[in-house]
Amino acid sequence: MSIDLDRCTGCEACVVACHAENNLPVSSPDQAEKGRTAHWIRVDRYYEGEFPDVKVKYRPVLCQQCDNAPCEPVCPTYATYHNAEGLNVQVYNRCVGTFYCANNCPYSVRFFNWFAPEWPEPLQLQHNPDVAIRPAGVMEKCTFCVQRIQRGKRDAVVENRPLADGEIQPACVQSCPAEAMVFGDLNDPESRVSKLAGSGRSTQLLGELGTKPKVFYLERAK
Amino acid sequence: MAASVPELLPYAKIREDLFRPLSSGSSRYWITVFAALAVVVLGMAAWGIQVRDGMGVTGLNRPVFWGFYIVDFVFWIGISHAGTLISAILRLTDAAWRKPVTRAAEAITVFCLMIGGMFPIIHLGRSWLFFWLIPYPNPRMLWPNFRSPLLWDLVAILTYVTGSVIYLYLPLIPDMAQLAEHNVPWRRKLYRILSLGWTGSDREWHALERAMKLMACIILAVAVSVHTVVSWDFAMSIAPMWHSTIFGPYFVSGAIFSGIAALLLVLGILRRALGLELYLTKHHFDNLSKLLLLMSLLWFYFTFAEYQTVWYGNEPSEMAVFASRIRGLYAPYFWIMVVCNFVVPFVLLGIRKLRTISTAMISSVCVIIGMWLERYIIVVPTLGNPRMNTASGVYTATWIEFAITAATFAGMIVLYLLFSKLFPIIAVWEFKPHAVEED
Repeated sequence: MSIDLDRCTGCEACVVACHAENNLPVSSPDQAEKGRTAHWIRVDRYYEGEFPDVKVKYRPVLCQQCDNAPCEPVCPTYATYHNAEGLNVQVYNRCVGTFYCANNCPYSVRFFNWFAPEWPEPLQLQHNPDVAIRPAGVMEKCTFCVQRIQRGKRDAVVENRPLADGEIQPACVQSCPAEAMVFGDLNDPESRVSKLAGSGRSTQLLGELGTKPKVFYLERAK
Repeated sequence: MAASVPELLPYAKIREDLFRPLSSGSSRYWITVFAALAVVVLGMAAWGIQVRDGMGVTGLNRPVFWGFYIVDFVFWIGISHAGTLISAILRLTDAAWRKPVTRAAEAITVFCLMIGGMFPIIHLGRSWLFFWLIPYPNPRMLWPNFRSPLLWDLVAILTYVTGSVIYLYLPLIPDMAQLAEHNVPWRRKLYRILSLGWTGSDREWHALERAMKLMACIILAVAVSVHTVVSWDFAMSIAPMWHSTIFGPYFVSGAIFSGIAALLLVLGILRRALGLELYLTKHHFDNLSKLLLLMSLLWFYFTFAEYQTVWYGNEPSEMAVFASRIRGLYAPYFWIMVVCNFVVPFVLLGIRKLRTISTAMISSVCVIIGMWLERYIIVVPTLGNPRMNTASGVYTATWIEFAITAATFAGMIVLYLLFSKLFPIIAVWEFKPHAVEED
């Protein structure tokens, strides 16, 4: 995935779309105050300069799907592991809730179910049937909308055609009005995302840690 | 064998003195037991609420996913080093003064491990599934992840519990045999079973001596490795101020430090409560105080080395944690820790005139508080200041966590009180000159 920070307006449509797509619970104000909101994608704000001459920069942060993920080796039950496609997947049923993965994630993008999830009426009626509801006591995080990836691949097989570049879109990518986000196959050098990731504007978040993130942030070089 | 006071006493009196606590039980004893039990029950109720409602009843949040429970875990596993490690060192170095001290120490180890071992289960989001960490055969061929430090922890602690129970039990056998003619029927039965048919032949003494030497060597290695593995829960991660190479020895020395403090405190209480002034003399407290002072200096050295290198390195994400510890939100805890762990023991035990049994008690209490705070200082500020500073957070424990923590202290009291009623807290036979020790 690539995210063009020069295009991002910080509108948070991606956050809302993610909530709807992935059955994320709605936190009460009281829980939010305790730092227990769950947003698989969040928009970090960085301020430059002094008031009134302030510039705000936005950076959507989601699971970076690291190739060298610090969360993976520390899980004692293999609840988080690398699948064959290179996705960093979370197996809710296998998670016992040691919190270790979240502590070792330098991006702080892992979320815990502190209580059984709740939705104010009538939001529970719009749950996505393709996504599991997570019980209390397990860790969760951005999946790159793995359900959409599976669906896209299946559709292509049924229709007996190759998967087109950009055909699969996670909810955040689909909903971005500024078209700042691009999703695709990084293994295919001809894909749009590969070209953007290889461009001169491409950076990685905390790349110096050697986590090999699969999210590339595009920024104007300074 | 060096002469010490108890050996001048007639053996009949020693037996009488040390077995007496087993038969008599004052009302004060039972009030203490039940008061402590009440706290344990409260803690269990708190845990019940946590299991029913979810981890949200604690003060944990994002990014502070570990709090009191992990602090308690490291703390109790640390205290457990009192025992076995100290008693093993003293046994191997043939320090004659150790005799009245070792069993009390070994019992601390076993109980602390039982308590400390609970916390990894209590802190789980789904604690009823804790057995998924155990490699057991199952039809789906699922294995736990042996690369996870938590799994190393599980293995290390189970090994340590097993070893320290054996290590506590071996020197109990001759005493059990002596008690096998106890006049209370159920006790007679219990002691007879536990004595394993000990007759006191030369062959048996030789075997026991050999077994204890061997166990002392093994338990020493296990104890060092256990706390190293506990420290690796932190050091193996890439979180700022956790990822440190000295964490292994730092934690081991901290563990021995808090262990000696706990041992001193327990011995002081036993001496008073059971009237063991003849057996636990000033000499013992003086020696243990010197050990405590030594460990206090070592602790200061390690802490200094750890903070000095971080400060000089001046790496931004590490400095955020450093600042919150030294002069930020957690500074009060940090400086109380320094006073408790270094200033108090250094002054009270370092100046010979001030070194008495009561100052040793005061220092011990300070060190126990200080070492608990040390673990808090290690766990919480690091998590509260993650690399992405947009995600930083603050942790405040709730009554649930306080109740469970209090319950473990009360649980320790209950276990120890019951133990001191069931078994002689000082190894009686060690005062009796016998064939093996003479040659």
